[in-house]
Amino acid sequence: MAGLELLSDQGYRLDGRKATELRKVQARMGVFAQADGSAYLEQGNTKALAVVYGPHEVRGARSRIRHDRAVINCQYSMATFSTAERKRRPHGDRKSTEMSLHLKQTFEAAVMTQLYPRSQIDIYVKILQSDGGNYSVCVNAATLAVIDAGIPMRDYVCACTVGFVDETPLADLCYAEESGGVSSLALALLPRGGQIALLQMDARLHQDHLEALIEAAMTACKGVSKVLDQVVRQHLQEASVASAE
Amino acid sequence: MLKSKTFVKKTRSGGVMKIVREHYLRDDIWCGSEVCTECKLESTALQRDPCIESNLCSYPHYLIPDTNVVLHQIDVLEDPVIRNVIILQTVLAEVRHRSAPVYKRLKDVVHEKEKNFYTFTNEHHRETFIEREPGETANDRNDRAIRVAAKWYSEHLKKSESDTDPIKVVLLTNDQGNKQKAEESGLLVYKCEEYIKSLIGNPELVDRLALSNDDKNDITSSKVLFPEHLPLSRIQAGLKNGTFLQGTFRASRDNYLEATVFVQGEGEESTEVLIQGLQNLNRSVYQDVVAVQLLPRDQWVAPSSVVLQDEGAAKDDNEEEGEEEKELRVSAAEAARKPTGRVVGIIKRNWRPFCGMLNASIIKESTRHLFTPADRRIPRIRIETRQADALAGQRIMVAIDGWPKHSRYPNGHFVRSLGSAGDKETEQQVLLLEHDVPHQAFSQAVLSFLPKMPWVITPEVMLNREDLRSLTVCSVDPPGCTDIDDALHCRELDNGNLEVGVHIADVSHFIRPNNALDKEAANRGTTVYLCGKRIDMVPELLSSNLCSLRSNVERLAFSCIWEMNHEAEILKTRFTKSVINSKASLTYAEAQMRIDDATQTDDITKSLRGLNKLAKILKKHRILKGALTLSSLEVRFHIDSETHDPIDLQTKELMETNSMVEEFMLLANISVAQKIYDEFPDCAMLRKHPAPPPSNYDVLLKAAKSKAVEIHTDSAKALADSLDVAKVDGFPYFNTLLRILATRCMMQAVYFCSGMDSDFHHYGLASPIYTHFTSPIRRYADIIVHRLLAVAIAADKTYPDLMDKQKQSALSNNLNYRHKMSQYAQRASVAFHTQLFFKSRGILNEEGFVLFVRKNAIIVLIPKFGLEGTVFFDSKDKAAPKVVFDEEGPSLMVEQHTFHIFDRVKVTISLDASNIQHQKIRMSLIEPVIPGVSVSAPEVQPQAKKPRLDR
Repeated sequence: MAGLELLSDQGYRLDGRKATELRKVQARMGVFAQADGSAYLEQGNTKALAVVYGPHEVRGARSRIRHDRAVINCQYSMATFSTAERKRRPHGDRKSTEMSLHLKQTFEAAVMTQLYPRSQIDIYVKILQSDGGNYSVCVNAATLAVIDAGIPMRDYVCACTVGFVDETPLADLCYAEESGGVSSLALALLPRGGQIALLQMDARLHQDHLEALIEAAMTACKGVSKVLDQVVRQHLQEASVASAE
Repeated sequence: MLKSKTFVKKTRSGGVMKIVREHYLRDDIWCGSEVCTECKLESTALQRDPCIESNLCSYPHYLIPDTNVVLHQIDVLEDPVIRNVIILQTVLAEVRHRSAPVYKRLKDVVHEKEKNFYTFTNEHHRETFIEREPGETANDRNDRAIRVAAKWYSEHLKKSESDTDPIKVVLLTNDQGNKQKAEESGLLVYKCEEYIKSLIGNPELVDRLALSNDDKNDITSSKVLFPEHLPLSRIQAGLKNGTFLQGTFRASRDNYLEATVFVQGEGEESTEVLIQGLQNLNRSVYQDVVAVQLLPRDQWVAPSSVVLQDEGAAKDDNEEEGEEEKELRVSAAEAARKPTGRVVGIIKRNWRPFCGMLNASIIKESTRHLFTPADRRIPRIRIETRQADALAGQRIMVAIDGWPKHSRYPNGHFVRSLGSAGDKETEQQVLLLEHDVPHQAFSQAVLSFLPKMPWVITPEVMLNREDLRSLTVCSVDPPGCTDIDDALHCRELDNGNLEVGVHIADVSHFIRPNNALDKEAANRGTTVYLCGKRIDMVPELLSSNLCSLRSNVERLAFSCIWEMNHEAEILKTRFTKSVINSKASLTYAEAQMRIDDATQTDDITKSLRGLNKLAKILKKHRILKGALTLSSLEVRFHIDSETHDPIDLQTKELMETNSMVEEFMLLANISVAQKIYDEFPDCAMLRKHPAPPPSNYDVLLKAAKSKAVEIHTDSAKALADSLDVAKVDGFPYFNTLLRILATRCMMQAVYFCSGMDSDFHHYGLASPIYTHFTSPIRRYADIIVHRLLAVAIAADKTYPDLMDKQKQSALSNNLNYRHKMSQYAQRASVAFHTQLFFKSRGILNEEGFVLFVRKNAIIVLIPKFGLEGTVFFDSKDKAAPKVVFDEEGPSLMVEQHTFHIFDRVKVTISLDASNIQHQKIRMSLIEPVIPGVSVSAPEVQPQAKKPRLDR
């Protein structure tokens, strides 16, 4: 039995998308009243909830206080029911710790932390259902949550994973593609300036293909940013209508 | 773009898992027809006027085959007559899942432009996607999906055309239920057989049809001849608890009622299980993977020495069978008994199309005939054909479709005719097919990766490449060689040293990793040279043009350049990609003439003389280190330029220049092997030649002893030295014979990946490390070595498979297999041409030497033709003479005369054409005269000026 054919000769992927097409992105902001900011985002079957607290004074060890900027604290977790087989540990394992660190680095690059010295911003992200591209979905959801919290950012941070199959970059991988032995790359981008907030890849890929792959990832991220922008504008409109009443 | 989801439950390693996948439905998937005005596809595959003449469908139409039709009738679909076919994604996916070879063939067909095949992605089309209903099996759902897609097509095409009749869509299915349902929904649907039979003007297609299930039933009586095969689940359970064994089925060549199953055990342990009798063989075919059950010990038997061939007319019932089987069961001594078993099930069929000939049925009107494969290990196959008269006397190919339990023979269908038996072209085809040599024309997909002509060297190509166009490079090859892959140069440097360069065609520049061209070359593995024909590994544009280092054109090369002193000691080695311009392509003889002709003093000749001088020193060094010079007689045919029939035989002559080129190739190979191994200790592709086990030398030692010559076999050097001094007065040919014998003792040299083995030694060349670098046009291993070397000198980039030792190891296994098969094919081709030659020459009397002595025969070598033949002393029709075999001698006493190895005998040679599929050379003894055994020398027919050809 042969494995899955990730890209057919006609140019369609397993789920019927073409190589550069993203999954359907749907999002909502302000889903919780108690937090300072929150958002829910679906990218295909990957679903994530992001919650932001702060900026507030630094809790815990005083040594963590930075006098010139705010500290960002991230926590990534996956719901026990998010994968096909029930997960034992929702957070705290090696993978989640690493993911938390990546998120922290991403948002330190995007949030204007120097505006809030001696304070702390908490970002909690939870994957409710996982179907590939967990990192990028988390980043996208967290961006919306940070915006909802009213914390100034340099730009939206948009993230997307891309894979490389048959000399073709595939945008926004689903789980079946990710696990099909594809070299994949995750990229978080500040789309307007084109700055890269985080680039992560732990597969083997020939150097010559890297440029094409990053190019494809950037295009995909810009696509995501358009959708996020729409969501934010929609949300603002709704909010202003509500407050006018 | 709409979106929907499918929920699939999947089991993996026992557990049940729910897998959720997205499934996007699109409205931008086009129908691919030229007539359609709605769809915006730029390149349409399906033609405006699909013309195929048929009784059933007299209107223009497209075909939609269902999965089973594709799987079973791919032979028909591949025919150029069948065009304008829509392959649904559902069908493609199912075929991919069920049979990899058919999938590949289908893809090749789809890629072919002239066939007008179109793949319609119906599963993602908004209007043709359907969801599985509760209680519906996956198969039923797929059938329904095919019907829905067909329906959509017929309606879609109706809309688009107004001025002429709309193109219709014809669904082909062999499934009754499916057909009925399709008819209900108003589709045009036919069985594959019905449709093909209705085609006007192509009756031969009918024979290519595979037999479908309901056809098979009425072929034979309903009497059950074989026990049922067990289902796979039972087999697996049995394998697990040890009641069954899994192994490869190997039918016996001489006895159709006997076979062995080779069971691969853990580690070194592997056993053979004997299977005897039709019932126990239970419909297994040579090379199938089967499950066997051992019989109780008291039913074990010994392999019989009887030769049994399945002959005679078709036996539908097995009355006579009983006797033959009884004959088998001659009670054998307890010790000779072997583990015996019976086949309980087939794990994997390994059927391929078989070559052979038709035995026409006795009843003239009958359409069912038996087919006898050329390979005696394959059972006869029953096929149905209406053109038996036309096929009689022809070599044909037949594929097996199935073997029902109530049929004595497997059922098959005619695939194609190869031509009349005994014809050169035909026989060549047969031996290529039987040796599994891929020899089809290169597919479009492969050719698409060739460089576009006219090809010029661009500046990008010159990056990382040295310009050596000014050097006086020349090539030396056999006459008529068009794939020149090596060229040489030698010049004196200012410091008095010599610079020697070996330039090898840079094939890896044109064949990039992992494209279709590369995969095809990797699969072919090697170019196969037959007498008068070459089966290329890479397309001709590369092999005979762009990669061939012809004279006076600029060619890309991979150069290995040494600086040597006049004692041929290497001072510096350097590898580089380069551009060269060969100044002359010489033959060995031409090169030799230039060297010998003292009046010539041009650059090329000087270069050749320098090379020749160094080569002699190199050879001396090599022999000092213990390299073997072995001998095997190679025969060259003089081929008539018009009829391409062999008119004379000649053993190949070796000149100084042969060995000159060889020396430098060896040197290049060794240098490269060292370099790539240093750079990539884990994944270098090398070649080794293991030392033979001492027992292999027994024959050689005994033979030498009979002439009072001692041979030492402790090391390669000892062997080489003792072979050098082995001489017998008055018998100048003795040394050559001895070397021929020594060659037979050797092991096969093999490719391997350095990370998987620790023994690198090349015994024959007495080199600690060796590889193949110098013939990338005709060997794939060289291409890999080129790539490795290019990476090592940073002239090219690497890719993951190159560094993967598992993949490399798998690749070298394939290369070894292809290499072996190509050698067999070459030998078979020489044998066939020898037969042709003797057919045209009639009976000949020749002198020869006894090469081996066997229990009932002697094997005679005739040096003049390099021909080996067996003289039997027991024949069926004559009373056997008294024969005494002495194993120690070894000698054979026939009546009063004793034969020893190396005895000089005289034989008469003739062609035995009694079995047209297996013609062979027959030898009989003339001298020494033994009454009742030898024959009197027949009149040698005077040879006609031009050999008459009876075709």
